[in-house]
Amino acid sequence: MNLALSEANPVAMRTGVVQRLGSWWTGMNSVRSAVGGDFEELRLVGLSRHYGGALAGRVAALDRLTITVRRGEFIALLGPSGCGKSTALNLIAGLLQPTGGGIWLDETRIDVLPPEQRGFGMVFQNYALFPHLSVRRNVGFGLLMRGVRRSEADRRVDRALALVQLHGHGDKLPGQLSGGQQQRVAIARAIVVEPPLVLMDEPLSNLDAKLRIETRAEIRRIHRELGRSTIYVTHDQDEALSLADRIVVMRAGVAQQIAPPHEVYAHPANLHVARFMGYRNVIEFASAPRALGDQVVLARPGLTLTGTVRQDIQGPRAFAAIRPDELVARRMPSTGSLAGIVEGFEYCGRDSLVDLAVADGVRLHVRTDLPVSAGDRLYVTAPPERVLVYPPEA
Amino acid sequence: MKRWRIDPVVMLVAPATAFLVLVFAYPFLYGLLLSFRPLEGGWNANYVRFFSSDRLFPTIGTTLELALPATVINLLLALPLAYRMRVTSRYQKWVASLLVIPISLGTVMIADGMLTYLGPKGWLSQVLQALHLYDGPIHLTHNYAGVLLSLIISGFPFVFLLVLSYVTGIDPVLPKAAATLGANPWQQFRHVYLPLLSPGLAMAFCLAFVQAFSVFPSAVLLGAPAGPTRVISIAAYEAAFEQYDDSMAACAAMVMGLVQLAVVSAALFARRLFYRGPVVGGKG
Repeated sequence: MNLALSEANPVAMRTGVVQRLGSWWTGMNSVRSAVGGDFEELRLVGLSRHYGGALAGRVAALDRLTITVRRGEFIALLGPSGCGKSTALNLIAGLLQPTGGGIWLDETRIDVLPPEQRGFGMVFQNYALFPHLSVRRNVGFGLLMRGVRRSEADRRVDRALALVQLHGHGDKLPGQLSGGQQQRVAIARAIVVEPPLVLMDEPLSNLDAKLRIETRAEIRRIHRELGRSTIYVTHDQDEALSLADRIVVMRAGVAQQIAPPHEVYAHPANLHVARFMGYRNVIEFASAPRALGDQVVLARPGLTLTGTVRQDIQGPRAFAAIRPDELVARRMPSTGSLAGIVEGFEYCGRDSLVDLAVADGVRLHVRTDLPVSAGDRLYVTAPPERVLVYPPEA
Repeated sequence: MKRWRIDPVVMLVAPATAFLVLVFAYPFLYGLLLSFRPLEGGWNANYVRFFSSDRLFPTIGTTLELALPATVINLLLALPLAYRMRVTSRYQKWVASLLVIPISLGTVMIADGMLTYLGPKGWLSQVLQALHLYDGPIHLTHNYAGVLLSLIISGFPFVFLLVLSYVTGIDPVLPKAAATLGANPWQQFRHVYLPLLSPGLAMAFCLAFVQAFSVFPSAVLLGAPAGPTRVISIAAYEAAFEQYDDSMAACAAMVMGLVQLAVVSAALFARRLFYRGPVVGGKG
């Protein structure tokens, strides 16, 4: 199934008032998309967006993001709120204008096109369903704009509703659906036009935990069935890890690491990424690490750790980052183990998350299946290859 | 039997209710009864006379011919302006203030200004003649055009402010969603804004129409009150203060209210055909 959409390059048509009026007039009835359904790669080159007019007061919401998205790839933009991930998505969709850099879809530069000529599907955080249109007409909106014939449009709307398992709800208004159903309508509406690229802006953040996991699986399934690319914005690392082929970890408008999930999880590029990926134990050392073969030894009063350097360390300060589940807790001391007192714990079912006071001022978060209570003495060890050593954050 | 008790909070509506009864319900009922007690003839003599007299009955048409175009023109002017100003910009505040200034002017002041500016010897005429752009006489006062113009000037701020509040109430993410689905700016307006605005436009139409239908000062000062702009309120005024026939004046006022009610009901009925509900696209 393919869209008969490719038309003359609209950029070339942007000359002369007469032609522009002409394209505006034809645009009244049918959409002119820059691209058909097919593409090989989407390239963001130095894509930037600044706010504030004066050069001195300019704030970069997105600073020189460069990435190539291949066809079929699932990319997650991951970061806390305000990190620029939604800005990036809006720039790709055309809802914001970049202040630097460009976007290419194969050989077509698309950042100069208005959103309606890019032909990407977008799923908004608050769904953005048209409240006055039935579910069917919401889903069929993009087809109507593209001038798709009624019978063909009906068939495709049926298919899209089946894909998101909403057949039988077609005649309802969005207000009559639950949050999860509304979100699936939003997804159906974005994919029914078979866009080369689907953009999703925290689509699951309004759903409850159970529905979120179900819909997550559905998004992955739909992505595979369509075989097109998806760019997915989220602040939830579990979502990013479970969905994406590659994760872009963002911070303050700058991409910190672009890598497959297992790499971001096991080998964060810097301390910020480590913190964000669940390395809850970050211990500061005021003295430079001492090399010991492939590894380094870090020392502070009452605490010595052997770890692996992940990022070049220039100054005298260093940080060790350890995931709570990679510390091993025992009742008895062993070589190199750190002794600590249980200060508190959260019971999590299969195991507990224990707060362990080890040396003066150092408290470790440890995951253990040992039954514990406050005041217990535990001994923890950490495999040196899982103690990641970083310089301070920039 | 359980004793019936009144929540003291309910008593808070008492002042408003008293006000409505004294200032609206009582005068209305008084007028209604008065209109059925004509100076001479049977109980319905006033109404028979009103609908058979060619001095009275045509005033309905005359007033509608002024009020309907003024209302529609104001809506057509306000909608694109309000739509254009839905996004906040540096100039928005200033433009909005400028557009709303006429709201602070009384109808008499507008009429006086228009007489000075648009009259046969007014500035407009003098400037056009001085520039040799148009040498003929300018007929914009003391006729239909003058009254229509003044109704547009005095009514526009109300319509504009109403429409602006409806336009800005629509979730701006909806047109964005439409854009990503291929809708160009015209289609975003046509398929998203217009349907969501329609109920509000019907409301604005009702309020603006009622205001325009009760035109009086400008019809006298700027119009030709003896003929082309002899509106229904002039007929009521003449009955009350020239013929001292309060009963006939009350009858004219009742007819006026009926016509307004009929037009407003039609508009509200049309409103039922549109989607009326929240104008946001999902969970906030």
